[in-house]
Amino acid sequence: MNALRASAVTAGYRGRPVLRAVDAEVPTGGWLGVIGPNGAGKSTLIRTLAGLLPHQGTVTVDGAPIEGLRPRQRARVLGYAPQTPELPTGLTVTDYVLLGRSPYLAPLGREGRSDLRVVAEVLARLDLAGLATRPLATLSGGERQRAVLARVLAQRPRVLLLDEPTTGLDVGHAQALLELVDRLRREDGVTVVTTLHDLTLAAQYADRLVFLVDGAVTASGPPDAVLTEARVSEHYQASVAVLSSEGNRIVAPVRRPGSHATPG
Amino acid sequence: MPPTLRSGRGSPAGPAPAPRATRLRVRHLALALALLLAVTVFSVLLGAADLGWQRVLGELVAQVTGGTSPLSEREAAILWQLRVPRVVLACLVGAALAVSGAAFQGVFRNPLADPYLLGAAAGAGLAATIVVAAAPGTLDWVIGPLQVAAFCGALSGVVLSWVLGRTAGHGTGTLILAGVAVSAFLTAGQTFVQQLNTDSLRQIYSWVLGGLTTTGWREVLLVLPYVVAASSVLCLCARLLDVLGVGDEEATALGVRPGRVRLAVLLAASLATAAAVSAAGLIGFVGIVVPHLVRLLVAGSYRVVVPLSLVGGAIFLAAADMIARTAMSPAELPIGVVTAFAGAPFFVLVLRTRGRA
Repeated sequence: MNALRASAVTAGYRGRPVLRAVDAEVPTGGWLGVIGPNGAGKSTLIRTLAGLLPHQGTVTVDGAPIEGLRPRQRARVLGYAPQTPELPTGLTVTDYVLLGRSPYLAPLGREGRSDLRVVAEVLARLDLAGLATRPLATLSGGERQRAVLARVLAQRPRVLLLDEPTTGLDVGHAQALLELVDRLRREDGVTVVTTLHDLTLAAQYADRLVFLVDGAVTASGPPDAVLTEARVSEHYQASVAVLSSEGNRIVAPVRRPGSHATPG
Repeated sequence: MPPTLRSGRGSPAGPAPAPRATRLRVRHLALALALLLAVTVFSVLLGAADLGWQRVLGELVAQVTGGTSPLSEREAAILWQLRVPRVVLACLVGAALAVSGAAFQGVFRNPLADPYLLGAAAGAGLAATIVVAAAPGTLDWVIGPLQVAAFCGALSGVVLSWVLGRTAGHGTGTLILAGVAVSAFLTAGQTFVQQLNTDSLRQIYSWVLGGLTTTGWREVLLVLPYVVAASSVLCLCARLLDVLGVGDEEATALGVRPGRVRLAVLLAASLATAAAVSAAGLIGFVGIVVPHLVRLLVAGSYRVVVPLSLVGGAIFLAAADMIARTAMSPAELPIGVVTAFAGAPFFVLVLRTRGRA
């Protein structure tokens, strides 16, 4: 059963199409990585899957078209975190994560004990309990990313849509965050869709990749099949080597003197 | 080895204690209300007509205990028909301006937003001035042309600033610059209307710098229902204002409709502004100073900022009015001058901390 499926999706901003007839699907409990050069439409795809952009074609979640869901229903199924989330700096970590309970509240309602219990659980799981009363403004980059993830998890979504969740994190923190997401996937059966610009991380964490170029799918499938040296070199206009280490696929930039025209 | 994240399950400390959400605490509200009581009583004791504060206190005690008052009938009338309603009006106007300031800040996610700087107050002022000049006979109606015009004026002022600000860019300052331009234009319009109607000039003049001159309880009763209605809506929307803080896209992803929330809050805040302006004219900076003081002293969540701004605005304006009445007694300082003396430096302070963040 596919948790999320996009068929022939065309979407964009103010009449300027960014995605052209994109097909993508991810089974329940799977991890779909969206890759592609800058401006390929990765974020637009995530937003469209989150139901935040008008589109042509269909996006279905557990078989139901996403347009048919009311906003709060949709928010109970799909959790979305943008690439650069806006953090209301006056709030504490607890207040911020509590916003994730909005889909379960009437518009003018307020949270109850069960909502606070969910928040406590999420904070403990993401190792944020010690920061619960800290204002968001005082958190480090890695802590912020975890707080954002905590807010999304407080929605108890079945699908996580994360746009570049490792932005601004060093390699250690990036790995820790992706391991965390992977654990959620294995333990809770959550479905994950992420954009990742680091192709090595994308190859190691996602079980399927969609390679976007100019808003269209140029390749999709298991990372080993999608990430070939020729394809990456061509579409990223980069000089790379695809290596293998301990069964992991590694996409590394390689400097080959003379292979690129050098400016002036 | 990458840094690992402990699993919550395996944590030896057992389940984490339930985190506390930021809520309006009883002690904060009680403290604010006690301060409000102190300021209002103090303000009632002092005034241009020298009734003697001990004797006023005697009258207040007599009212509570049912004893005999030291004041003559005329003095009691000055106290109960002039001074007390004025203090009450100051509280209402201050509460309305502060709570709408907080609401505008939440809706526009802009810490510098304020009914005075956004053109809301100026819009209400211009519209009210037109009604005072054109239909002076209708001013006593609780729902009359004055209220409707002031409300529409306030709303138009904000929307105009917002639209102009958006076309010029997205920075924090752009909205405020647009608001200042709109305010200047609308205030100029108000002055123009005044000049065309010099016979009623004196009546309108007090509005430009703000004034709380009352003729008994009339103004209080005219303002009260609007302030109560608007504040109730804003207190109910406080959680949603926190949600708006994550931006429209994420708020939508959380199942909230930002457009609807924004509309409801803008209508309520414009109503509060209009009520305040039609009673007391253009009083600046209350909407900046009070919500920021609450954020600084208590918490940044709108669940705290909205209700405490309500009480804090009342305290602030009652205190400002007390200073306005007594600083140059028997002459009176326009209250807008007092709030500007306190507010303008505070505004710069907010601007500076904003720049550092």
